[in-house]
Amino acid sequence: MKAAERMQIPRQRMPEQKAEDRARNFSEVNLGLAEEAARTEAQRCLTCKKAKCIAGCPVGVDIPNFLEALARGDMQTAADVLFSANVLPAITGRVCPQETQCEAQCIRINRGEPVAIGYLERFVAEWAADNYQRTAALPPPTGKKVAVVGAGPAGLTCAGELAKMGHAATVFEALHTPGGVLVYGIPEFRLPKEIVQSEVSKLEELGVKFECNVVVGQTMTVAELMQQEGFDAVFLATGAGLPIFLSIPGEGLKGVYSANEFLTRANLMGAYKGAESATPLLPSTHAVIAGGGNTAMDAVRTARRMGAESATLIYRRSREEMPARAEEVKHAEEEGIEFIFLANPVEIIGDSERWVRAVRCQRMQLGEPDASGRRRPVPIDGDFFELPCQVFIEAIGTRANPLLTQATPDLRLNKWGYIETDENGMTSIPGVFAGGDIVRGAATVILAMGDGKKAAEAINRYLSS
Amino acid sequence: MSMKSANFPSNTKGFPIVRAEWLAPRVRSIIVQAPRVAAHHKPGHFVIVRAHTDGERIPLTVADADAGQGTIRLVIQAVGASTELLSRLETGGTIPDVAGPLGRPTEMERFGHVVLVGGGVGTAVIYPQAKALKQLGNRVTAIIGGRSKEYVILEEDLRRLCDAVYPCTDDGSYGYHGFVTGKLAEIIGQSEQSVGAVITAGPVPMMKAVAQATKEKNIHTVASLNPVMVDGTGMCGGCRVSVGGKQLFACVDGPEFDAHQVDFDELIDRLGAYRAQEKAAWNKLHAETDYQCRLEQSLTAK
Repeated sequence: MKAAERMQIPRQRMPEQKAEDRARNFSEVNLGLAEEAARTEAQRCLTCKKAKCIAGCPVGVDIPNFLEALARGDMQTAADVLFSANVLPAITGRVCPQETQCEAQCIRINRGEPVAIGYLERFVAEWAADNYQRTAALPPPTGKKVAVVGAGPAGLTCAGELAKMGHAATVFEALHTPGGVLVYGIPEFRLPKEIVQSEVSKLEELGVKFECNVVVGQTMTVAELMQQEGFDAVFLATGAGLPIFLSIPGEGLKGVYSANEFLTRANLMGAYKGAESATPLLPSTHAVIAGGGNTAMDAVRTARRMGAESATLIYRRSREEMPARAEEVKHAEEEGIEFIFLANPVEIIGDSERWVRAVRCQRMQLGEPDASGRRRPVPIDGDFFELPCQVFIEAIGTRANPLLTQATPDLRLNKWGYIETDENGMTSIPGVFAGGDIVRGAATVILAMGDGKKAAEAINRYLSS
Repeated sequence: MSMKSANFPSNTKGFPIVRAEWLAPRVRSIIVQAPRVAAHHKPGHFVIVRAHTDGERIPLTVADADAGQGTIRLVIQAVGASTELLSRLETGGTIPDVAGPLGRPTEMERFGHVVLVGGGVGTAVIYPQAKALKQLGNRVTAIIGGRSKEYVILEEDLRRLCDAVYPCTDDGSYGYHGFVTGKLAEIIGQSEQSVGAVITAGPVPMMKAVAQATKEKNIHTVASLNPVMVDGTGMCGGCRVSVGGKQLFACVDGPEFDAHQVDFDELIDRLGAYRAQEKAAWNKLHAETDYQCRLEQSLTAK
């Protein structure tokens, strides 16, 4: 097919569950492309010689090659290309912000819409779940053991890449199940648990071992991993940390949650399944969520699905400054989520029995740009209003979790308590590497995966030197 | 009842139960194999357990640890559906998840005379503290309370360690007739050796009363708090408590805090946040259990 013909093909649309239905259930919002649509979409790729999309991908997937195989209908090759760079494509195909990464680099953006790389990644991963047989043989075992601390996106990626290099990787997870933020944070309607489960199973097939209920720093120290358990290298990927609270009056009232707690109860602990869940979540008619990131978006959409008649997101800056993905914002709006911009909670108000009754907010306006380059929100004197609610959720960020770092005195930290690493991802302790949110502060799944992959390569070099 | 797992295939073989026994009505002691936890345990530490693979995460203070045997002891009061399911586990069974040790260990030094005040299953919390405090050369007095005689636990174990043990019962059926705070006031007032520190664990109103009793005498007092908790590793912030006007997380900053700084009323209130849901879960569990019993009875009758 000529480039001119390819240019004629419009971007395929992702089929979605109807907004009025999905606002009341936890089934996936995006339903996935049909095969014909996927192959048509793949034909939109102009197979650039200098494909900038690859550089836009934190794990460096050879996008034109996998799209070209997909367009031909050669699914096995498409999957081979994809898996050689990305051990978790079913996950990234769903939760990556493609619009700021690979798709942002797509040349077609100059004249219309980019190739829907994310949709196609998901399509190939879904085919692979049922049909894929890995063709590349694993190298012979190197005899080297690597401990991966944390079974979130960084840890899973690192372990998978290490396994592909012939190293024996064991992933230690603090919670009772692997997945990290993929299972405690990201809701079922964006990333079904069974997808994570199947990706974890694929890693087990590669030889990766998992040990849950191990809180490294408490259950075992990093030094013990290396000296007693015989690991030759360690990758620390303990993830996002302690939730930050607004520190406003009323945070001790019943009905106040951090987004982490609300989402963990709903997702990991299964409260989204309703009455069959052993872990409860407080119901609400009106829920208010403070924050503007993806976590805030997940929390507000979860609150709505848990039965809130109104679920309102309140953000102190304006829509343009909101860090959440455009797709999430669009989906949330379709589901009837209300947005209040340029307002900030100042007090949570309780009833006589100390249940949340309302949140008092102050209107803001945008002032001069701050350190982040975004215009700073400035409170408007005397301009307050109250939002009635029974559940109030704070999604304003996290700080470094001290559990592992305080038990590992030789580990150099930055002033915020995150782990310092060199250009290879190695920490101040030889043989101990780190990546993901415990290095970056709160970031995205794919950046954590990029760190995991880079660290696996560095660990491989370290172990072979 | 159905134990069908909606979770991932088991990555853990579970933690074998070496011995499970009743200490008091609805109070179960479980000794479980958890070698890594046992090796790192210090007094004050807790673990998070789940009774079954769809279960709630339950924080429990480690009541004793034997690093040589690789075991820890847990003492569970069946107050809700999750703790009831846990207390139904038997010797030879397994606990699917035991994670820890978590929290900061008790800050201990040579206080001179230390009074430990345990109420109900809180007595299990003070047991490892008594052991360690004694090793540090303290004189250790334990005041242990229960509603009536049968609810006073671990008395013999504590007698082997402590210089004095005073059981107290609300109904006077055993030991001192009255609340632990009554006995505590007596000891503070009469003891020939002044009290250097008080450590307390148990029902929150009891800990609040202990803190009030020691505050006027300005005795260093530590309370082991038991707020609602989910992950136990600092991630969720559900266990936040107000201490000295600051919000601290019991799981990573505690669970023990200066009792004179703790906002006990807020803790009591927040512990009731899920009362309605807990009651529904309890009723559901018992309806299922009763149905099962009737079913079995009718089958054996035939």
